[in-house]
Amino acid sequence: MVFIMTEITEDKPGKQILLLGNEAITRGALEAGVDVATTYPGTPSSEIADTFSMIAKEATRQKKDPGFYFQYSTNEKVALEVAAAASFCGLRSLTCMKHVGLNVASDTFMTYMYVGSRGGHIIVSADDPYCHSSQNEQDNRYFALFGGAPMLEPTTPQEAKEMTRIGFDISEQLHLPLLLRTTTRLNHARGPITLNAMQPPRKKGFFKKDPLLVTVPATARAKHPVLLKQLEEAEKISEKSPFNEILTIGKPKDVGIVTSGVAFTYVKEMAEELNLNVKILKLGMTHPIPRTMCEKFIKSCTSIIMVEELEPFLENQFKALAFDIGADVKIYGKSTGHFSRLYEYTPDIVAEAFSKIFKVKNPFPKPVHSLLKAPRRPPSLCPGCPHRATYYAVKKAAPKDTIYPTDIGCYTLGKEPPLEMADVLLCMGSNAGMACGFSIATDQKIISFMGDSTFFHSGIPPIINAVHHNHDVVITILDNRTTAMTGHQPHPGTPYDGMGNPAKLIKVEDVVKGCGVEHIEIVDPNKIKETTAAFKRALEFKGLSVVVSKSPCILLEVQRKRKAKEDIQLYHINQEICKRCKTCIGRFGCPALYFAEDGSVHIDTAQCNGCGNCVQVCPFGAISAEGST
Amino acid sequence: MSKKISIVLTGVGGQGVITAANILGKAAVKAKVGVFVSEIHGMAQRGGAVVCTVRMGDVSSPLLPSGTADVLLSTEPVEALRNICYVHKKTKVITDINPIIPFTVAVGGEQYPKLDEIFKEIRSHAELYTVDALQIAKEAGAVITKNTVMLGALAASGVLPFKPEVLLETILEDIPEKYKDVNKKAFECGMKAVKKK
Repeated sequence: MVFIMTEITEDKPGKQILLLGNEAITRGALEAGVDVATTYPGTPSSEIADTFSMIAKEATRQKKDPGFYFQYSTNEKVALEVAAAASFCGLRSLTCMKHVGLNVASDTFMTYMYVGSRGGHIIVSADDPYCHSSQNEQDNRYFALFGGAPMLEPTTPQEAKEMTRIGFDISEQLHLPLLLRTTTRLNHARGPITLNAMQPPRKKGFFKKDPLLVTVPATARAKHPVLLKQLEEAEKISEKSPFNEILTIGKPKDVGIVTSGVAFTYVKEMAEELNLNVKILKLGMTHPIPRTMCEKFIKSCTSIIMVEELEPFLENQFKALAFDIGADVKIYGKSTGHFSRLYEYTPDIVAEAFSKIFKVKNPFPKPVHSLLKAPRRPPSLCPGCPHRATYYAVKKAAPKDTIYPTDIGCYTLGKEPPLEMADVLLCMGSNAGMACGFSIATDQKIISFMGDSTFFHSGIPPIINAVHHNHDVVITILDNRTTAMTGHQPHPGTPYDGMGNPAKLIKVEDVVKGCGVEHIEIVDPNKIKETTAAFKRALEFKGLSVVVSKSPCILLEVQRKRKAKEDIQLYHINQEICKRCKTCIGRFGCPALYFAEDGSVHIDTAQCNGCGNCVQVCPFGAISAEGST
Repeated sequence: MSKKISIVLTGVGGQGVITAANILGKAAVKAKVGVFVSEIHGMAQRGGAVVCTVRMGDVSSPLLPSGTADVLLSTEPVEALRNICYVHKKTKVITDINPIIPFTVAVGGEQYPKLDEIFKEIRSHAELYTVDALQIAKEAGAVITKNTVMLGALAASGVLPFKPEVLLETILEDIPEKYKDVNKKAFECGMKAVKKK
């Protein structure tokens, strides 16, 4: 009996509920009786794991069995390995991550395909065309091709649930982990979901020893041809898969469209709106593609339009197929300039391309533009964010030209003025590795930044590198006691895990010490003067120094205070003392402070989170505590 | 049903725009109307601009073509302006009149246009309706019901393919017992308060 908490855990086949694409994936896994789910959080994938966590925590609270084991692992590679081992024991597992997470897990991923899975294993990659919240927009469908994983690409939340549920069966049939490739517009879309029955989980597996699981060179050579054979089997599944289908719009003759993912939804609606006569080959299983089905489709067309976001993944395969069968077909797509390799597609983009290719009028009006300019509203560090205080203190301590390598997290927002405390960013953990390199290449001072979750994820090896090679750098760990940016998930530095159980808290400074770092400063960034002094000492120290800047995320702190019924201090600017020097706004940059129309400075009490750091920042002592909420 | 209804919801991260979109989606499921909602999470939450789209009826796509929104519902005036690309002459733009000044105005020297100018600009492209959601929510009994006021205003626009009661019922489902009355009042006040400008 599966623990029942909300609609998402109800065993009510046929019932229709509204779910986020990510929640639908979790539901699909629950319907398939998933035993083990692992992740490292990352937008746009986070809600898949957060839903597992929410169910598990509620079950733990009620002293009930959620039916599955869930873990926020230290990084995506570890997450994949934890789940792979469960699969080796015959359990069903799911690992979810954002697209760049698969880069981290790719070492495991590539050889995992040779070894193969036992219990069904779904690997969810949440790609992010347009880089809504990512450092690149890589197309992870190439990972399926690269490693040899069967792949499904849903177009709607309903299909995401179905593909997850059925994906476990496909994975078990092939003994291969299956890549479920999603994109932001699917992960963060809500749609009606028809529930299927829940399958009971298997709970405990058994590891049967098999020498072919040890990938020494001889095994690897023996396993590679096995993988290729498995992919031939996968192609047979693809030929018969209901996820690959042909739809018709109007009265089609010899014009076809091939599409996958969310782009299909734009294709369908725009083909209808433009009154086209086309057949649409909608591919849901995009690796391996159903070759026979595709060849037939190509033969039935004189022209084909390829509509897929990002890279010409299908387009190039279709061109190769057309060449192989000597088809006389014109293929429109990225190579003909009708579609772009950049960003997300929209109905507008698809309608515009169709109107050019089919020489029909685009029925939609040209979008109107405002003559009045709206001020930009980029995301920013919250009022009271401890990172702002750290950055402000560092700016006071560091000489001009200091290089600030940064990392992935809220603190990347320090890039914006007035702080401008982010000079270079590649990926998770890259701050410290780059710091080492800058210390060789320049005589400039280097202060790098990473968050606590990033530190545990991939920040430790570069610190060891800096210790061993005696790089003269300052590495800062912004320890706000949570994985803030992705929605406050726990990490090894928190005293509880993703299931709500107490967990061993690992202190950042203990690990740093264990790495052999000699100069460690632990500061509370809300004490700005002391923090500035600590950074000055760190800069003066010859060799590696690490500053652990420790203060909880202000959002969690406010939440804790509200729960504990503690007051949140309010602050007030004495207009008689204030010289309008703009330090609090123009240098510190707290968004709770603003100029009134007459140029006077005020604090918006609705936004202020009561950190009081503006009191320390004001050179004239114009700000003081007054009242509370 | 073959008609498509497209609603664009905009506002500032933290205002509850995503929650409002979710409620509209749930109401549509309750009314057995096809629905597809699109949201953007992540970076948008840290006080950034937020846009959600809610499409109802016989729709395949979560996004709408430019210039085809039936309603642009904004919890902040300048955010309505920012998303003007979605409107056509008959689009009902319903916006709260209480600005939230972005930090780029204080720090980056950008300008927040005068409310009258914003309204004039919107009126040159679409039908404009304004709501003082803050004031109405206060009068209803709790500032926190601002979004319920806005949803009431949306229900009054007549574009939803179900009765206002369905939306109100959906709103109240996830609200603790003791706040149900104040939300009901806020919704009803919102329905009455929307003014054509």
